[in-house]
Parts: sequence; C-alpha cells; structure tokens
Amino acid sequence: MSTSNIRQGSLEIVDQEKIISRGSLYVAQARLAAMMKWVWMILAIAVANPVLYLLSIGVGVGAFIDKSAGPAGIDGVKYLTFLAPALLATAAIQGAIDESVFPTLEGFNGWKNFFGMNATPISGNQIATGVFLASFVRVVGTVIIYWFVMLAFGALESSKAWLAIPTAVMAGVAFGSITQAIAGLLKDENMFFVIFNRFILMPLFLFSGTFYPLSSMPSYLQWIGWISPLWHSTELGRYLTYGHALTQTMAITHMVFLLTLLVLGIFFSRRIFTQRLAK
Amino acid sequence: MIISAAVAIAEARRGRLGERVYSGRSRAIFERGYIAFKSSTWMVILSGFVEPVLYLFAFGYGLGELIGNIESNGLSIPYAAYIAPALLATSAMNGAIYDSTMNIFFKLNHDRIYHGMLATSLGPLDVALGEIGLALLRGFLYGVGFMAVVAPLGLIPSLWGILAIPAAVLIAFGFAAVGMALTTYMKSFQQLEIINIFLLPMFLFSGSFYPLSVFPEWLQFIIKALPLSQAIHLVRGLTLGQINIGLLGHISYFIVMIVVGLFFTTKRLNALFMK
Amino acid sequence: MSSPLITARGLTKKFDEFVAVDEIDFDVARGESFGLLGPNGAGKSTTMRIIGATSQRTSGDLTILGMDPEKFGPQIRAHLGVVPQQDNLDMQLSVSENLYIYGRYFGLSRKFLKTKIEELLEFAQLEEKRNAKVESLSGGMKRRLTIARGLVSEPEILMLDEPTTGLDPQARHILWDRLFRLKEQGVTLVITTHFMDEAEQLCDRLVVMDKGKIMAEGSPAQLIKDYSTKEVLEIRFGSERNSAMAEQLRGMCDRIEELPDRILLYSEDGEALLEKIYSAGMHPKTSLVRRSSLEDVFLRLTGRTLVD
Ligand SMILES: Nc1ncnc2c1ncn2[C@@H]1O[C@H](COP(=O)(O)OP(=O)(O)O)[C@@H](O)[C@H]1O
Ligand SMILES: [Mg+2]
Repeated sequence: MSTSNIRQGSLEIVDQEKIISRGSLYVAQARLAAMMKWVWMILAIAVANPVLYLLSIGVGVGAFIDKSAGPAGIDGVKYLTFLAPALLATAAIQGAIDESVFPTLEGFNGWKNFFGMNATPISGNQIATGVFLASFVRVVGTVIIYWFVMLAFGALESSKAWLAIPTAVMAGVAFGSITQAIAGLLKDENMFFVIFNRFILMPLFLFSGTFYPLSSMPSYLQWIGWISPLWHSTELGRYLTYGHALTQTMAITHMVFLLTLLVLGIFFSRRIFTQRLAK
Repeated sequence: MIISAAVAIAEARRGRLGERVYSGRSRAIFERGYIAFKSSTWMVILSGFVEPVLYLFAFGYGLGELIGNIESNGLSIPYAAYIAPALLATSAMNGAIYDSTMNIFFKLNHDRIYHGMLATSLGPLDVALGEIGLALLRGFLYGVGFMAVVAPLGLIPSLWGILAIPAAVLIAFGFAAVGMALTTYMKSFQQLEIINIFLLPMFLFSGSFYPLSVFPEWLQFIIKALPLSQAIHLVRGLTLGQINIGLLGHISYFIVMIVVGLFFTTKRLNALFMK
Repeated sequence: MSSPLITARGLTKKFDEFVAVDEIDFDVARGESFGLLGPNGAGKSTTMRIIGATSQRTSGDLTILGMDPEKFGPQIRAHLGVVPQQDNLDMQLSVSENLYIYGRYFGLSRKFLKTKIEELLEFAQLEEKRNAKVESLSGGMKRRLTIARGLVSEPEILMLDEPTTGLDPQARHILWDRLFRLKEQGVTLVITTHFMDEAEQLCDRLVVMDKGKIMAEGSPAQLIKDYSTKEVLEIRFGSERNSAMAEQLRGMCDRIEELPDRILLYSEDGEALLEKIYSAGMHPKTSLVRRSSLEDVFLRLTGRTLVD
C-alpha cells in the first residue's frame, strides 16, 4: 500500500500582479486558442465566402446589370467593383458577430466559463475586453483575406484601396462590440439567433446600399442605411477602392459614426459583463 | 398476461409488414411537435417567412430596377417574377434543412428525446415520418404565406402557380428526409456545419438570381443535378405556367430523395437505438 | 406458480470485442422486485436495455412474457415501463404534457389519458407542478416524473435503472415510498443500483454483477448469510499503520479485509472481538461494530468496494 505524501506549500507561485495587469490578454489568448481548433474551418470560410459571393452576385448578376447599365456602369464602375466593398464590410461584421456573440452566450449560459474565470483575479471588464480583442483578431484576418480575393478579382481600382481594410475592420468591431453587449444581457439564447439574424442582420445586409446605391432606394427606407455600420463603412470603402464621390464632411460623419458605436459597444460590454458576473 | 390498452394496441399490429420499425403512429410525434411548437417557436417560424420576402424586395425590386427583364424560355419576365419562385423553393429548403438537422441533432444527442420515444411501442419509422411531417407543415405554411404576398403583386402570372404550394411541400419533404438521414450520421455540431457549407454555394449558383445560361456548359450540367436547382425549376415552371414534361423529372427527383432519405434514416435510427 | 415473466439464459452482449454482459442467467417472477446490484460498468444498464427491447443481444436466449424481444420489440415494449439511468424527459414540454404525449406514443386515447394523467400526477406528487416546464423541476421531481411517465401505459413490468443515483437522502426516501406502493399493487420491478442500502430496501431477490458476470444470486438476507458473517468490526489505526496492524490481527477473526482507510474484521460477535483486540494491547483510533451488508457480500465476491 502506498502512502502518498502531499507536501504543503509546493504549489507554483501565482503572480497576482501579472494576472491583474494582463487579465484581458489571458482571456483573449484563451479565446484564440479555442478558435485555433477550427482554424481550418475559419480559413476555408474566409476564402470561400468572398469567392462564392463575388462570383455569384458580382460576376453573375453583374453580367446582367452591366449589360443593361451600359458603359456608364453602376456609380461609374463595373457591378463587381461596386459590390465588393460592401461584401468586404459584411464579412467583417459576420466574423465579429461569430466571435463576440457565441463566446458570450457560452460564457454566461452554456459552459458558464466566465464565472470560472471571474473566480480568479480576472475581472468582468477584462473578460469583456479579452473577448473583444479575440474577435478583433479574427476580423482583421478575415478582412485581409477578403481584400486579397478582391484584388484577385480585379475589384480594386484605386491606389488607396488598402485603406479599405481598416474601414471594413471598423464596421466589424463596431457591430461586434454592440452585439457582444447585447449577448451579455441574454438569459436564453434559443430564439435570439434566428430573430437577430432575420430581423436585424438580414435587413441591414439587404438594405444598406449593399447591392445598389442607397439613393436608389425609396426615401422612406433610406434611414436603414443611416443606422447601419455596414452602409457607413461601405461608403468609405467605395471611396477608397474606386473613388466613389464622397465629401469630406460625409467621410468624417461615417468615421465618427463607426467610432462612436465602437466606444459605446466596448463601454457597455464591460459594464454589462461586470454587473452580470457580480450577481 | 395483463392486457392493458397499450398492449392491445401493440398486439393488433402483430404480423403487419414492417411492424418492428413502424407502428402506424407517426401522428403522435407530429402531435408532440405541435405542442412544443405552440409554446415556443412562433417567432422563428414567422422569421422564416420574412426572409424570402426581404430578399424579394431587396433583389426583385432593387436589383430589378438595374437589371430590367430576364429571358426565360423565350419569355421576357420582370426580374421580381423571375426570382420569386426561386425564393419560395429556397425557403422551403432552408426550413426543412433547419428542422431536420439542428433540431433533430439536438433531440438525438442532447435531449435524448428519441431514446424516450423508442422505449415505447413506437418504431424508428414512426419517428422519422413524424418529424418530417412537421417539416412539411412548415413548408406548407411558408408556401401559403409567400403566395399570399407575391400573388397580389402580380408575380404569379399563371394559374398553375397555385401548385407551387404543394411543390414547396414536396421540396421540403425531400430535403427533410435527406437532411435527417445525414444528421443521424453526424457526431458533432461542427460536422453539421458541413451541411451548411454546401447550402451556401448551392443557393448562390442554382439559378435563383439569373439563368444558368451564363455558366459554361459543363457547370450548368452539374448545377442542374443539384436538388435546389431542381426545386427552383419546378416552382418556376409552375408560377410562370411553363408546363412541360421536364417538371415530372423534377418531381421524380424529389420522390427519390424522399425514399432514399427515409430508408437511411430508419436504418440508422434502428442501428443507433438497437446498439 | 406461473412461469417467469423474464427468462435469460447465457445472455451476452458485446460491443465490438468488449464483452459488456457475459453469459448471464436469471429469471424474474411475476410481482417480485428483482435487483441487479453492481458497480459502475458492471453491465447493468446494458442488461436493462436488452430487456427493454432497445438493444440487441449478441447471443443467448431471452424471453419476456414468452416473447423474444428481437422478434416482438413493439409488443414487449407495450408491457414495459422504462425509467432510464439518464432522464430523457421532454424539455420542451410541461410536466403534464410529458405524461400526455408519452401516452400518445403508446397509442392511448386522449380520454383515457385525461384521467390517467391526474392519477399519475397525484402518485408522483407533482399536482402543483403540472404546468411547469421540466427544466424547473428538482432532481427528485424529475425522477418521479420519469417514473410516472413509465407508468402511463399501465405496464406489468417497471424497469428502473439507478432510480435514486444523484438524489439527496430525502428525495430518495420519497421515491422508495412510491416504489413500495407500486410493488403492493403487483407491478413487477426490475431495479439496478450500485447502492447496497437501496438493494436491501427494495429488492426481494437480486443478482450481484461485476464485469458483465453474475457473481451470486439470492435474497439480500440470504446473500449476507451465505457470504458474510453476522457482524463487522471496522477499525482505523491511521493510514500509515493500518497495513502493519492488519498482519497482527489476522487469525483473530473469520476473515479480514484491508481497505485504504480502514480494516474490516468479520465476526459473529463484533463487540467481543473488539474486547479481544484491546486486551491484546492494540488501540485503534476509531472502532465501529455494525451488521453485515451487501457491501460486504460484494467485497467478499470481488475483493473491491461497490462505490469507489
Ligand atoms: N454503446 C456502447 N458502446 C460501447 N461500450 C458500451 C456501450 N454501452 C456500454 N458500454 C460499456 O459496457 C460496459 C457496461 O456498461 P453499463 O451496462 O452501462 O454498466 P452499468 O450500467 O453497470 O454501469 C461499460 O464498460 C461500458 O463502457
Ligand atoms: Mg448504468
């Protein structure tokens, strides 16, 4: 029979200071590690998504539109070129939602691993920031891949086109931070996805001047564009990728809108996470 | 031996063909779905109806403005009327796939509801038919709802169009049967995602938004073999009144899907629960 | 005496190469309460599922009410009420809807079920919860609901797989009480458990299972009589010294078992044995005299404890 001797005090020393100062990085790291499990899936989707959409709608539908629009094109360019920046921002938003909503719902309602993290010196604020940072990384990756696919399709005409990367990322993280805050409030996830997808995301996707200029929509529907990060980012993206006409005032308005949303999203996520964990 | 009502009911089926897999009571599963649905998923069902309508307005009217008319079998058709049947077919597919994959996967692996069902005198075919019945009900509701929106807009030029509703049910049946069969082989949610990965390209390239003639010959051939393309051509043929022998081909395609799907579902459920 | 309700001969179940149930023989008579006692992994649930006609045996003979479950699955299942180890209540439905729809699975009429549900809610002491969603129920309530659900078809045989695992002591006693009532009404019970007190309380007759095999069979009292002494003395010298002391104690009693934390001494008179130990100059830190239980039977048969 073995008598096991458990020595007291042999535990590794935990550096409290370090955890307290870098908590959000630890959380982000954990999230990224979780993402790495599906990294091939994520990459495959990140490449396949733009290829499929650009081919089917950009090239396919584009063939019919370009034919009927004649040499003037849509907004002065081929339909593919017109459409691509909107799809770029859409992909950023989709990626951001995946990485903010799912982990948040899991963390509070599914595995409840946020409560476990919170039992260590990591605070609610840090968990919120960590989830946000991980989603930021995913969005940047998705957008860069998308951008190169656009390049391959010949959809980038301006020398400033690379700046469409940060404006698309902005749309993603602005939207993602807001949905992260909302997800933090949810007790029951069942209905949320379907309803959020179909009643909010889908209309925003379809009516944000994505497939044709916002100005060609009936005026009573144009407000959808104004509240949609997708439209604001797309306007910037179109200016940057092919020189869509944009006044300085409007450019600043778009950026201010996206930044405000981002700041609000992060602020409320942190607050909501902290309050919920304190309960 | 004590003869309870349950025993008398089960004994009455002794000797029938397939008695071990089918007790003739799939309506009990259907009833369960109805009770569960009453108390929860109205919004989800409603939202499934909203989706094609949104697409119709965004694409049909928005893009339609830019595209103008589309040629289909020699007829010049407003763009909205061209895509409306495709959207109906797609929503029938999506509803059926959701019902038969996510939903079923959860009941199979998480809630273990089927374990409970199959511990009674029910058989696996009852379960499969009952669950698929629900998908059909949903397909029917979407069909009716969508028609109620698009017909007044003048997007169903032919009277044959009314048959688009049973066609939506048939399409939902086919996808649900095959979807459920595939789900019984899946081991994780991630594997289930694979189904969705196939659905997106199918949706984008099956001729919902423009005629297949833009594609090279060989690609057209492949696309035409895909179930969504079959579904779209079936419904479009009906709403545009382009009735021809080809429609029978599309119908047979779905009948084959139904038979094959049911066969494998039953077989698999039997294997899963008789381990 | 009528013929047995369930007869198993050489019943075997393999999962690929792994033998989960290994040529077991047993009979269950009408109206009796029959138990399968054994540790986790003994093959109890597998045996239950084979009897329940939801799993196919690999070999051997099995008849339930004179029928072979391979040929007459639906007919046999109509005679059985099943309470699986893992609750599989319908989370999307309320308490009474769970009972209702389960009855419908058997093909029972709405009219019949209307009165049956009332009866069952009362039996399961769930009248106040009738409209509650299943999720909101406590573990004990869920278990009672699962049992009530199993009774909806008025089965002759009720199969209970670990009915009280995971329940607190009070919930267990409520459940046992319900099961006694069923027994009084003549329902045949087949129960699995890895709790020896449960087996002693509920079972008229039981088989002790380990690693797919039946090790012994009989009534709880008979098994104890056959495989153990009347009393057991449990003593502790502290984990460092138990082993050394056990050597010295050998020969002072009929049988000795050394466990990691204590020593068990089997004797017809525990107190007398303890006296003897003290007078031999040994001073255990703690000592306890108790009656032999099925736990001791199991230890004797397998050299291991039931719950580890
Ligand atoms: N479906 C299965 N596939 C493979 N092995 C199984 C399966 N079900 C049970 N087993 C194995 O058979 C043995 C007996 O299991 P079980 O009957 O559940 O035991 P008990 O109910 O007594 O705890 C265990 O080792 C278990 O791992
Ligand atoms: Mg078990």
